[in-house]
Amino acid sequence: MPWQDTGVKKYMSKFSEAFKNKAFVGFLTAGDPDIETSGEYILEMVRSGADIIEIGIPFSDPIAEGEVIQASTQRALKNGVNLDKVFSLVSQIRKETQVPVVFLTYLNPIFNYGYELFFAMCQKIGVQGVIIPDLPYEEKEEVQISADKYEIDLIPIIAPTSAKRIQKIACCANGFIYVISPGDSWSTNSANMAQLKDIVKEIKKVSDAPVVIGFGEPEEAEIKEAAKFCDGISAGSGIVRIIAQYGKNAAEKVRDYVKSVKKALK
Amino acid sequence: MIGTKFGIYGGQYIPEILMSEIINLENSYNKFRNDEKFCSELDFLLKNYAGRPSLLYFAKNMTKDLGGAKVYLKREDLNHTGSHKINNVLGQVLLAKYMGKKRVIAETGAGQHGVATATAAALLGLECEIYMGKEDTERQALNVYRMELLGAKVHPVMSGTMTLKDAVNEAMREWARRCEDTFYVLGSVMGPHPYPTIVRDFQSIISKEAREQILQAEGRLPNTVMACVGGGSNAIGIFYNFIDDPDVGLIGCEAAGKGLNCGLHAASVTKGRLGIFHGMKSIFCQDNDGQISPVYSISAGLDYPGVGPEHAYLHSIGRAQYVPVTDDEAVDAFEYLSRIEGIIPAIESAHAIAHAIKIVPKMKKDDIVLICLSGRGDKDAYAMARYRGKKIHE
Repeated sequence: MPWQDTGVKKYMSKFSEAFKNKAFVGFLTAGDPDIETSGEYILEMVRSGADIIEIGIPFSDPIAEGEVIQASTQRALKNGVNLDKVFSLVSQIRKETQVPVVFLTYLNPIFNYGYELFFAMCQKIGVQGVIIPDLPYEEKEEVQISADKYEIDLIPIIAPTSAKRIQKIACCANGFIYVISPGDSWSTNSANMAQLKDIVKEIKKVSDAPVVIGFGEPEEAEIKEAAKFCDGISAGSGIVRIIAQYGKNAAEKVRDYVKSVKKALK
Repeated sequence: MIGTKFGIYGGQYIPEILMSEIINLENSYNKFRNDEKFCSELDFLLKNYAGRPSLLYFAKNMTKDLGGAKVYLKREDLNHTGSHKINNVLGQVLLAKYMGKKRVIAETGAGQHGVATATAAALLGLECEIYMGKEDTERQALNVYRMELLGAKVHPVMSGTMTLKDAVNEAMREWARRCEDTFYVLGSVMGPHPYPTIVRDFQSIISKEAREQILQAEGRLPNTVMACVGGGSNAIGIFYNFIDDPDVGLIGCEAAGKGLNCGLHAASVTKGRLGIFHGMKSIFCQDNDGQISPVYSISAGLDYPGVGPEHAYLHSIGRAQYVPVTDDEAVDAFEYLSRIEGIIPAIESAHAIAHAIKIVPKMKKDDIVLICLSGRGDKDAYAMARYRGKKIHE
């Protein structure tokens, strides 16, 4: 087996270090443009200041993703990426960095691999959390048992439509909470920012877990605004779009992007 | 059914962004399904607009020719818009209206569900947008035109395999973007709870009528009830009121495409395995990594990589049997029924006819087989001609 035991015990605090300042969660899809280059870009993101790395494990039908990530997923699947290859990728980067890593993937690849084996592998290679867009609160029990056993955080998602569900979801959250921003054109609408602020306020009433706001490709002013009331942000399609455009020659652009977001967060 | 599941199948595996709305849908459905005004309005539409009850037809020539059991056809092809889809759509679009929604969206494969949704939206005065795989818009160009004629906007879906599953993905994405004023009219007994139950309830009128009709005609229940299965809405519709009759055999006919061993098929129960997709735990065609497989059938309506959770459950307890039928067999059956009974079946329904051709001759003369003729085949004429190498000039 290519992966090795990296001693996950020392990550017991998991994300607290990452959220000491306003955190940036850098996302890319494993295997786009190819698995080796994904590893290179992850390390580039870490060197440029990314506080948490979110690795998308490609699924054939990512119903919660927009076009940029859909296309990235298709490219990764064409490259033959599967769970074992992603585990191997994480093992490789673990030789270089202790940055917290979370996976984003749909439930079927995990179910197919076996919940028990999947979370055991996450623990073994040093993955701290998993975000599963098609696993709402109502269905999480079957997954939670294995995640708890191997001390992997199931990062819950809260949406602009969650309303009465916010506190129920937030109060049992581990790791951090992922709030998705409303609409595609949210940035043109200051009401959306006010709504996000209200959601975070609701969460903080019942949970002290850090709150990350998931944006697509936020502009500087929006990052600055969000940083006032949340603990971190992610830019889901920002880096993916750069990789789509520059392929294997995106390192410098990825570095510039991460640095610019980090600067805006300060 | 316990909670949101049939045994282990079903559930609500959908993004959080849709959860509040799906709970709203369930509450609204539970409220209106027992509402006198809603029920009488739906009943009126089914009778006076859709043309129910549909006929139960004794296929005398087919019975004689096959020389076995008596064959009865439940004529869902005679409904307004030409298939069973209207039963579910009138129910859901009326529900949308009662819920105060302004706009309906739907996915469609063959176009039958899209046409039915566009029809009901036109009738009840709601905006309508249909998501259809680009490949299907080409295979079923006539239905695209029909939907547009009815005032719907058709979005060709270019993502993934550009067929039905991708149309469902895109409809779900659109629903997530705009669920405040939009109702998602799901076309089959699939997706997250409560859709498999809602669609089954609205389609169960098929077997409610058929049960009474066969008792009237024969004084007893059929030995075997058959239907084609994609997601499985017409099948659950004709099965439902016979499930508690243990002597009535239930057979679903899946699309075996060009053959089960070449990968070009959509036979989920026969070749798939347990998985979680499109909001439900059920049986899906998938690869070793849990990626959903591209599927194939000559019939766009059966070209779906999974089966509804209630079918997966009926299969798991041995209550229903699911069998594969190839393109070749379905096309032969399409031509057979056209010639012998003067009824051109939808290529989807022809899958059930094809299996009947195999089993009816082996049955006793006083046995009875009931087949759901889920739709008419006018929409398939060009494709069937092409299949036989004939050119038709428009």
